[in-house]
Amino acid sequence: MTRSPEMTPVDGAVSHERMAYLDHAATTPMRPEAVEAMLPFLTARFGNPSGAHATSRAARRALDGAREELADVLGCEESEVVFTSGGTEADNLAVLGTVAGRPGTVLVSAVEHRAVLAPARVVGAHLGPVAADGTIDLAALAALCEDAAERGRPVTLVSVMLVNSETGVIEPVAGVIRTASQHAPDALVHTDAVQALAWLDVALLAEGCDLVSVSAHKFGGPKGVGALVVRERAAPILRPVLHGGGQERELRPGTQNVAGAVAMATAARLAVSERAATVERVAALRDRLADGLVASVGAIEPSSRELRVAGSCHLRFPGVSAEEVLLLADREGVAGSTGSACASGAREPSHVLLAMGWDEHAAREAVRFSLGATTTADEVDQALDVVTRAVTHLRRATAGSG
Amino acid sequence: MQVLVAMSGGVDSSVAAALLLEQGHEVVGATMKLWGGASDSGCCSAADVRDARRVADQLGVDHHVFNFTEEFAETVVEPYVADHAAGRTPNPCVECNRHLKFRALLDRAERLGFDALATGHHARVVGATSGHRVRLERGTDRAKDQSYVLSVLTASELRRVLLPVGELTKPDVRALAGDLGLATASKPDSQDVCFVPARRPGGGYGAGRSAFLGERMELHPGAVVEAATGRLLGEVDAIELVTVGQRRGMPSGGARRRFALAVDVASRTVLVGDDEDLLVEEVELASRTWVGDELAVGSSCAVQVSAHGRPRPAVTTATGVRYVERHRRVAPGQLVACYVGDEVVGSGVAS
Repeated sequence: MTRSPEMTPVDGAVSHERMAYLDHAATTPMRPEAVEAMLPFLTARFGNPSGAHATSRAARRALDGAREELADVLGCEESEVVFTSGGTEADNLAVLGTVAGRPGTVLVSAVEHRAVLAPARVVGAHLGPVAADGTIDLAALAALCEDAAERGRPVTLVSVMLVNSETGVIEPVAGVIRTASQHAPDALVHTDAVQALAWLDVALLAEGCDLVSVSAHKFGGPKGVGALVVRERAAPILRPVLHGGGQERELRPGTQNVAGAVAMATAARLAVSERAATVERVAALRDRLADGLVASVGAIEPSSRELRVAGSCHLRFPGVSAEEVLLLADREGVAGSTGSACASGAREPSHVLLAMGWDEHAAREAVRFSLGATTTADEVDQALDVVTRAVTHLRRATAGSG
Repeated sequence: MQVLVAMSGGVDSSVAAALLLEQGHEVVGATMKLWGGASDSGCCSAADVRDARRVADQLGVDHHVFNFTEEFAETVVEPYVADHAAGRTPNPCVECNRHLKFRALLDRAERLGFDALATGHHARVVGATSGHRVRLERGTDRAKDQSYVLSVLTASELRRVLLPVGELTKPDVRALAGDLGLATASKPDSQDVCFVPARRPGGGYGAGRSAFLGERMELHPGAVVEAATGRLLGEVDAIELVTVGQRRGMPSGGARRRFALAVDVASRTVLVGDDEDLLVEEVELASRTWVGDELAVGSSCAVQVSAHGRPRPAVTTATGVRYVERHRRVAPGQLVACYVGDEVVGSGVAS
């Protein structure tokens, strides 16, 4: 086989001198402050917050403190924060818990994360279409609300994410709230804000939402902890999905992950306090990477940068398979993703891109690089160099093999 | 060399990876995800991917999952359904080798900079490194020989292919896997068509296949007619599922056993006759391929018409092969492989 000299992809190396981790939408490294904050609750202060003795009370105080801190960041009351095992559980509780309390039609956008789409499918939800740029079609959403009312099964929940996990597109959640209040006034509005906290003012943007999901590991917290904000209006409607003890406002049983909650609150506070500076710095890095790849190999940006969060570098490389680009990049220490994978680990054609009107072939050429608070200029330069060589090599090799 | 090993999650490809590693090659494993349907058996399931990944971890090599579902649906599953609709009996494993493993995956391996692609097939590639003519030969273990399903390959592909377990017997392979402590050492051999769900309990013979096809095409009842007399003998539920040569489901005539001689979907008729009536002299072939140089018309060879069938002496004709002694006809759609001695010289699909 012929190998082009500038590309030595199969180097057999497991560790790389230089790593460029550009998959922050999948997960982020933990902030040292968050690690520090959680350690005491994994060791000396190990108590179960539900007990009555001093050890328990210490844990309870820490949990209350974390709840207060997170409520402050999310712009809600302490009593409105329900800790969960992560974003997926928060989304499931929002969808299934609402329908259990108030049967009716569920409307979700076609580009939701599977954590919303899958439970929505269980309750027979209708999918709201999106425009070619990935934003929800509000007129179609209004029509779906009216249709449901006419069928005698009014809308009980509208769920539209704040930021798309694959494209980074910011959804017009304010418009969703307005549409719902006009066309389905009794419906609760949920937003999956899992991808948003690091980049946007969630407290402001989700102010009018009845239910808001967040996940700690997307902003420097640990995996395995998240929260659902359940506002006063939603609380009487929502029913638990898991059944057990009365922890978390009778909505989510199970001994709380005290260490996780403390670390999440710490990471959230830091992310929000540093957000303006991070957004400015990361947006410049993202522009450097995206502009560079547009210039070097003709990458196409599927949606305008203005619509997307600062960390999102979502690109299509016409003529080459995303799987192959990512494999070559991985072998030179650059981590990216397509944003969707199935249980086996195979990369799936993205339902998000298909909903935006792409065909399967084009969807297989889309790569998601996602930058984060820890991303450096060196990482971006490395990625620019490696991905440019990978795409150039693959284009030539693909042309060569016909 | 840098070798990409197609790891199905079975014992043969696990040992192939281990052998190449032992020989000093740089090895990377890849499992193809081919089908997203309900089937959780064969080469497409999450369980098999886990097995392949475990073995790769044990060997300390990288492992990737490649999604080829689109190509698989297009080049294997859709033609499989269309062939049945036309009353033919396709061999999807052969088409998977032709279009997926040794085209899509081989091309990808080359693009990614690998020097060769290896699989766990029991067959041997001979002469690839010596600069001589490259040949495909039967595997050392005759009972497990898989050269038949590889007979669609050509020299240009074989030059980039390694089949490390072809020199071993199956017991050797299992023993090696056991010695190495590989997770797949005692995993049973795969059977059946990987994308067709196994038949349901109590579903009867072929229920898996008929259910699979029934969801993708219309199945029609057919008349069973005696070829010699034109007499109507009975009916079959789905003419598209009848295979030439089949006896099961054909109405018996007292002590006489009857076999399907021909399937005509257009008139929805199955012609049946005695086993004697099945015998033919010639097989017409479509999609003919040659591993190396084309055999001249009139050349002697041996033809094999199923994965583990006995090779029969024949001579090549302009359009196919002629048996030296008459032989049972081959169902249209089935692969006919031609051998000279142990060497595969080419193949075609019975028309």
